[in-house]
Amino acid sequence: MAGFDKVVTSYADAMHGLEDNMTIIAGGFGLCGIPEGLIAEVKRMGTKGLTVVSNNCGVDGFGLGVLLEDKQIKKMVSSYVGENALFEKQLLNGELEVELTPQGTLAEKMRAGGAGIPAFYTATGFGTPVGEGKESRQFNGRDYILEEAITGDFAIIKAWKADRYGNCMYRHTAMNFNPMAATAGKITVVEVEEIVEVGELEPSQIHTPGIYVDRVIQGSFEKRIERLVTSKGA
Amino acid sequence: MALSRDQIAMRVAQEFEDGNYVNLGIGIPTLAANYVPKHIEVMLQSENGLLGMGPYPTEDQVDADMINAGKETVTAAAGASIFDSAESFAMIRGGHVDFTVLGAFEVDVSGSIASWMIPGKLIKGMGGAMDLVAGAKNIIVTMTHADKHGNSKLLPACTLPLTGVNCITRIITDLAVLEVKDKAFHLRERAPGVDIKEIIEKTAGKLVIDGDIPEMTIN
Repeated sequence: MAGFDKVVTSYADAMHGLEDNMTIIAGGFGLCGIPEGLIAEVKRMGTKGLTVVSNNCGVDGFGLGVLLEDKQIKKMVSSYVGENALFEKQLLNGELEVELTPQGTLAEKMRAGGAGIPAFYTATGFGTPVGEGKESRQFNGRDYILEEAITGDFAIIKAWKADRYGNCMYRHTAMNFNPMAATAGKITVVEVEEIVEVGELEPSQIHTPGIYVDRVIQGSFEKRIERLVTSKGA
Repeated sequence: MALSRDQIAMRVAQEFEDGNYVNLGIGIPTLAANYVPKHIEVMLQSENGLLGMGPYPTEDQVDADMINAGKETVTAAAGASIFDSAESFAMIRGGHVDFTVLGAFEVDVSGSIASWMIPGKLIKGMGGAMDLVAGAKNIIVTMTHADKHGNSKLLPACTLPLTGVNCITRIITDLAVLEVKDKAFHLRERAPGVDIKEIIEKTAGKLVIDGDIPEMTIN
């Protein structure tokens, strides 16, 4: 690597430095926009005791779900985890801890973490189990709870295109949590469909500026569809 | 007769006004998209980051990168925009979404709602529901008036863990349309052919019946 060139050529290099008991923030919504190859590399490495922050935990046998197979995840921070039988089993066994976090709060926790904001007030969750034990305060007569930001040792991201400097663009709703997650990792690794030369991406169209990105790797993606629904068509 | 799921959805769609931005939850709320009156335009928000959700794709249009909040394949309508999750919830928390429609296990006379967790059963998570009930300008709850054992879901106080407090203003059930205010359910409409007696029997929380209650128009 030289200068701003962030491209690495092996998954081992992409995830170098990941150790037991670290926190990984992963982009994706369901199976849409997930860094498939980086997740596979974490599985291959066999790293244990991980805290994984991601909206969902994949499904059995795909996405983050594969990290459950060898019990690599100690704690999951997610908004919805219902798609996964192994997840359910490990949760009921007490082998896995889960911190359920409202989806918007989760996104904002990542955004705040990446932006150097340690905590924020939100009305979401006040008066519910989510608000229990948290500081609350009234602003203009309404109740809010204090939610703390999240940062990770690693952020693993799926982008559509990136240039060698790590400037990223996402495609359609595969964007989801990826831009916030990218800002919140001490080491941010982006797996992309296509690496392009510097200067090819229109600067005003870049979603994640390269300053947030440490490593870029060319991936290949299965892009499994979780719920295929079609209309009859005309 | 009690309304079918589709008939509840038809009644929900009558609430929308031209130019509304609407977020529809999974289940009956999603069906309401099929019954938006022809003469108005509404734009559907999907909290995974799509404003202007279109119909399901044809087989040729299927794209793994284009899904809705239920993780189903969808399309983007003309005039749609796509953005990240923080932006999506800024729209929701900032009060920019005009309507959110969602299901519930229980609603009480204070407008509190329980919709995500039954103790002793596996807890899957709240997804975006807590953000939606805390943020949208108008929230409509759709549900059956009573559970399958006949127990009322409209209560003096919710018994299940809450999704949000003091946030629900309107409930559309298989039997009635109700407004929640002043610590009571106010009956506004009844389903065609449904006797007010049945609504009274199946409403455990304080029910206010003011004057003649018209039948809903369903079509």
